Amino acid sequence: MRWAAVIAIAVLLALPAVLGSYAITVFIFIFFYAFLGQAWNIIGGYAGQLSVGHAAFVGLGAYTSAMLSIHAGLTPWIGMLVGGVVSAALGALIGYLGFRFGLRGFYFVLLTVAFAEIFRIIALNTDWVGGAQGLYITFTGDPRQFQFQDNRVYYYVSLGLMLLATGVVAWIERHRFGAYLVAIREDENACEALGVDTFRYKMLAIVVSAFLTGIGGTFYAFYLFSLQPNSVFGIPLSVEIVIRPIVGGSGTILGPILGSFILSPLAELSRTYFSQGGWTGMHLIVYGALLIGVVLFLPQGAYPALRRLLLRVRG
Amino acid sequence: MAPDARAGSLLDVRGLSKRFGGLQAVSDLSLAMAEGEMLGLIGPNGAGKTTVFNLVSGFLGPDKGEIRFGGRSIVGLKPHAICRQGLARTFQIVRPFPHLSVLDNVKVGALTRHANAREALEQARAVVARVGLAPKAAVAAGSLTLADRKRLEMARALATEPTLLLLDEVMAGLNATEIEAIVRLIAGINESGVSILLIEHNMRAVMALSHRIVVLSFGEKIAEGPPSAVASDARVIEAYLGEEYVHTAQA
Repeated sequence: MRWAAVIAIAVLLALPAVLGSYAITVFIFIFFYAFLGQAWNIIGGYAGQLSVGHAAFVGLGAYTSAMLSIHAGLTPWIGMLVGGVVSAALGALIGYLGFRFGLRGFYFVLLTVAFAEIFRIIALNTDWVGGAQGLYITFTGDPRQFQFQDNRVYYYVSLGLMLLATGVVAWIERHRFGAYLVAIREDENACEALGVDTFRYKMLAIVVSAFLTGIGGTFYAFYLFSLQPNSVFGIPLSVEIVIRPIVGGSGTILGPILGSFILSPLAELSRTYFSQGGWTGMHLIVYGALLIGVVLFLPQGAYPALRRLLLRVRG
Repeated sequence: MAPDARAGSLLDVRGLSKRFGGLQAVSDLSLAMAEGEMLGLIGPNGAGKTTVFNLVSGFLGPDKGEIRFGGRSIVGLKPHAICRQGLARTFQIVRPFPHLSVLDNVKVGALTRHANAREALEQARAVVARVGLAPKAAVAAGSLTLADRKRLEMARALATEPTLLLLDEVMAGLNATEIEAIVRLIAGINESGVSILLIEHNMRAVMALSHRIVVLSFGEKIAEGPPSAVASDARVIEAYLGEEYVHTAQA
């Protein structure tokens, strides 16, 4: 397992040498959405608290670092962390409201969606942050401003983010924190009876998840050089974040990565090809079909199924 | 029992009351347990036994009354904090983590005392062996038989290393052989120094195990004492069988 990981990372590090520019873009999307999926995985997969409002953290992180860069000249390398902290604070607020007042299942889903929507509407109607137009970042190609002439740098940055989040999840899984999160997902009352402070651990999970997701917001803004309320706070982005770990296997280390390797190229290709023939939004139909397939045939996601298959092949 | 004897007791419940809407589930209940004691809590269905457990373990807040554990008040504490003080419980309707293995289930309890995951796993392994589930350690808890689930429920609670263990009908639904085995297990746990508060409908078992018995009926304590005395108490017989049997039973 460890050797497989080392080889996989080595291959990914070497890959830009042979890839064309379009392929590199596809990989950037794979890594970036795997990173966001992995961040979501902590609260949504391991702790089983279904957030469908993670776009709120992306958007808040993106707006924070973009505003700091545009108005205060702060480098996004630091703005990224500030955005993460601001998102973590929002995560703490959502978590407090949801967990203190015992919102479970659909009610927690609605709470998270509502927060993302509130932020989208506020951003749309606040001229100070650009209103519906959003924010545009002037391209300078200056690495200190998180801007790179060479697409391959974004490749390595997004790969780094994915590995960072995966490392965090791997750490969590090996420690008490992870065992508690999984147990919370299974039965919260039983956890309480066994001495687990369920509130505290759910709060920790959502704060860590929101912090990482907020960091992702900076990457989003400074990779695309622009951000609009509908794209960074919108429900579609929240769905993009949730769907990869679910398809790949939520609550597993490799689930979000596998899910992103399956879905991101698919989304990117269908977006590129279908949009030319007036088929915009076709990738959403593909998502829908895939999700139905996963729910029907692989309810725990692709990774657990793949692992079973490998174990069987090995004997 | 003399008041000064109660002051030094492990568990001291005084004037405990809990009402659900129009139902007085527990009414002015007082009871005390000494260290090392096995106390049986019995009573007809709906007498309020499980409510007492929920109050003592912090899953419900009392309307009135005081609960002291190890000399300190635990009223208002969350269940996890009460567990950390050494008071663990099982649930009448077992609540295993169904997708986790037996060992991982018990590990969650062990982590309460051993923050290090590896140490917790060692502790969990020992507890799993102690309750006789070692051959099934790797099995998913959701696929266990009821008897094994009851054992698992006890194992998880034991893994938190309690000084007082609250067992809620761990024998219900088991056959005679399984009951015999679990009675031995409970006796062994008590002999190892863990005090036990036992809710049980199986009279033979509760009479054999308990040092003392408290009888609840409609939320009130109607009798308390050694098993033999309680079994022949007129109010107890009335509560269980109805007034007309009191005379027959005592004859």
